[in-house]
Amino acid sequence: MLVALRAALIRLGAAVTVGVWRLGYGARFFVYLIVHSGTAFRRFRLTMREIYFAGVLSLIIILVSGLFVGMVLALQGYETLQRYGSSEALGVLVALSLVRELGPVVAGLLFASRAGSAITAEIGLMKATEQLSAMEMMAVDPVARVVAPRFWGGVISMPVLAALFSAMGIFGGYLVGVVLIGVDEGAFWSQMQAAVDVRNDILNGVIKSVVFGVAVTLIAVFEGYDAPPTAEGVSGATTRTVVTSSLAILALDFVLTALMFTGGA
Amino acid sequence: MNRSAIDLWVGVFVAIGLGALLFLALKVGNLASFSTAQTYQVEARFSNIGGLKVRAPVKSAGVVVGRVAQIRFDNESYEAVAVLTVDSSYKFPRDTSAKILTSGLLGEQYIGLEAGADARMLAGGERMRITQSAVVLENLISQFFFNKAAEGGDAKSAK
Amino acid sequence: MADPHIAVIEDLSFAYDRRPVLHGIGLKIPRGKVVAVMGQSGCGKTTLLRIIAAALMPTRGRARVLGRDTGTLDRDGLYALRRRMGMLFQFGALFTDMSVFDNVAFQMREHTNLPEDAIRDLVLLKLEAVGLRGAAQRMPGELSGGMARRVALARAIALDPQLILYDEPFTGLDPIALGVIARLVRQLNDSLGATSIIVTHDVAETLPLVDYVYFMAEGRVIAEGTADQVRRSGVAFVEQFVSGAIDGPVPFHYPAAGYEADLGFAAGA
Ligand SMILES: Nc1ncnc2c1ncn2[C@@H]1O[C@H](COP(=O)(O)OP(=O)(O)OP(=O)(O)O)[C@@H](O)[C@H]1O
Ligand SMILES: [Mg+2]
Repeated sequence: MLVALRAALIRLGAAVTVGVWRLGYGARFFVYLIVHSGTAFRRFRLTMREIYFAGVLSLIIILVSGLFVGMVLALQGYETLQRYGSSEALGVLVALSLVRELGPVVAGLLFASRAGSAITAEIGLMKATEQLSAMEMMAVDPVARVVAPRFWGGVISMPVLAALFSAMGIFGGYLVGVVLIGVDEGAFWSQMQAAVDVRNDILNGVIKSVVFGVAVTLIAVFEGYDAPPTAEGVSGATTRTVVTSSLAILALDFVLTALMFTGGA
Repeated sequence: MNRSAIDLWVGVFVAIGLGALLFLALKVGNLASFSTAQTYQVEARFSNIGGLKVRAPVKSAGVVVGRVAQIRFDNESYEAVAVLTVDSSYKFPRDTSAKILTSGLLGEQYIGLEAGADARMLAGGERMRITQSAVVLENLISQFFFNKAAEGGDAKSAK
Repeated sequence: MADPHIAVIEDLSFAYDRRPVLHGIGLKIPRGKVVAVMGQSGCGKTTLLRIIAAALMPTRGRARVLGRDTGTLDRDGLYALRRRMGMLFQFGALFTDMSVFDNVAFQMREHTNLPEDAIRDLVLLKLEAVGLRGAAQRMPGELSGGMARRVALARAIALDPQLILYDEPFTGLDPIALGVIARLVRQLNDSLGATSIIVTHDVAETLPLVDYVYFMAEGRVIAEGTADQVRRSGVAFVEQFVSGAIDGPVPFHYPAAGYEADLGFAAGA
């Protein structure tokens, strides 16, 4: 009994120690990465390539998911709203849900599993096949040359993807609400415009997506760079990227929402 | 994948991203209808504004003609002061009245303007004299019960 | 620059975490020579090379390379030192997201301001030297192991380094390529005025090529000398290595408990 308790306490202590240690290590890595980001901007072509891989190649999944999420929102929303005779508010419901929450969050989750995992796997494999050591041996800092462009490529791509997701979702809501169900088109758009505020809703949504972009890409490059240089090491790191960054998105979303949308007026 | 193809795709990507943001700002949000138009500001005082919020619409005959720009409390008269931004293309007589109304039974609150008959028009910075405060549901209900009770009391005493 | 040695290692020990790998190694690499480090698999040759390249720091002792004590350098000092070295990795370590051409051009683009057509000429020159000019536009994944090794060699010498470290340059090459590369290593060394350190098992091919040889076993230097001295030394270990016999002072097996014990026979009796 006591032995089991002791073992459990030791495990807990070890988990906390390792967690705190990794957090500190991650923070130092982040600072180092920011300080050595010069190359990513001086030679923007390197970052451009990563925008292509993280952003352009995620377009299809983002656009299609956005469309469907918007269509489902409109279907479900209409069911509820028409019971209270306010189906014209459908536009408001769809737009606010997407712009404030679903756009940044769902786009972030998709981005984590599509682009984040790819970034981790690529950096991890480069490490496992000694490409990063080789670079180091050629007096080229792998953080500046390999990690920083991937980081900034992801950070730039994420808000664009979230905006596209929201826009596509609203279009999907329009298709189902106006074209399919027959909600009045004028009311759909004008109520939406009256209720959606550019600064409070749209700008805050964009800020969320930027924060999620930084979080997901940082976790992805860190896990890749820190991965044990073996096949299991890289596959484990890839899984951790998806799990950790999904949790980070949801937790950050709660914090940001509390800060942004509950402060009154 | 050669360089110019990547450049092209990234260009397209950023362009449609900006397009989406523009769509959100102009078509979904209300950036277009305000930042560009000329406006003037008038003041209205209420003894109670109920649940009126900044940015709530100002309507006349059901048409949105402006928005609530600012709400503050005047510590001298103990009244709420609402500053309304009205589109310059709409002019109202000086004796126009402002009411706080509710869209639907439980909907959001807005300010309704009812035009008067004065020959002079309201100018920027002026104050609307005739106002009607928000109907507060609690007051309404307690008033209702108070009246009922009073009626009951009268009936009893009449007996 | 009066120092006749380009790298000096004194009483150096190294351990990965707790596991000691190198014990009290001493080496002197004379300027302008080709020096071989030989020894059986797992004796710590790659580790030694990494210490010379300042990728690992000694647990005890000193490594002076190109006039610098590697243990005292900061990041900028390390990078300045490494720009004067080239290293061929044991497994190539080509950048898989770049073509062969871009791999060889990598350091030129990172460290020089050469115009693109000058880089092109230089890269083709280096690729021609390893006989792979025709493969310039291929990706590393499309090369055989030996071809990849030759590209890695071209990349290691891209900036004409003063000290070139080769980790197993000859494994995976066919006899023709091997002969060409062996001669190339010698030529590069003499024409660039560079110094080369070759880590290898390939005694027969290497001995005629090199000026000086160190033999290692279990993390120690056990014999050294010029190629002739080594051949004539009569040290049993070297004899075994040169002739390739299984029996001799070099054990084929990594140290372990008795085979029977591992299989469980001893306990079952
Ligand atoms: N990263 C590491 N962590 C722990 N131990 C290691 C590591 N790399 C190598 N070793 C151990 O150090 C010893 C020497 O390894 P090293 O790679 O230097 O051998 P080597 O002489 O190059 O062998 P080979 O000829 O097979 O390449 C080996 O016993 C190996 O198990
Ligand atoms: Mg080795």
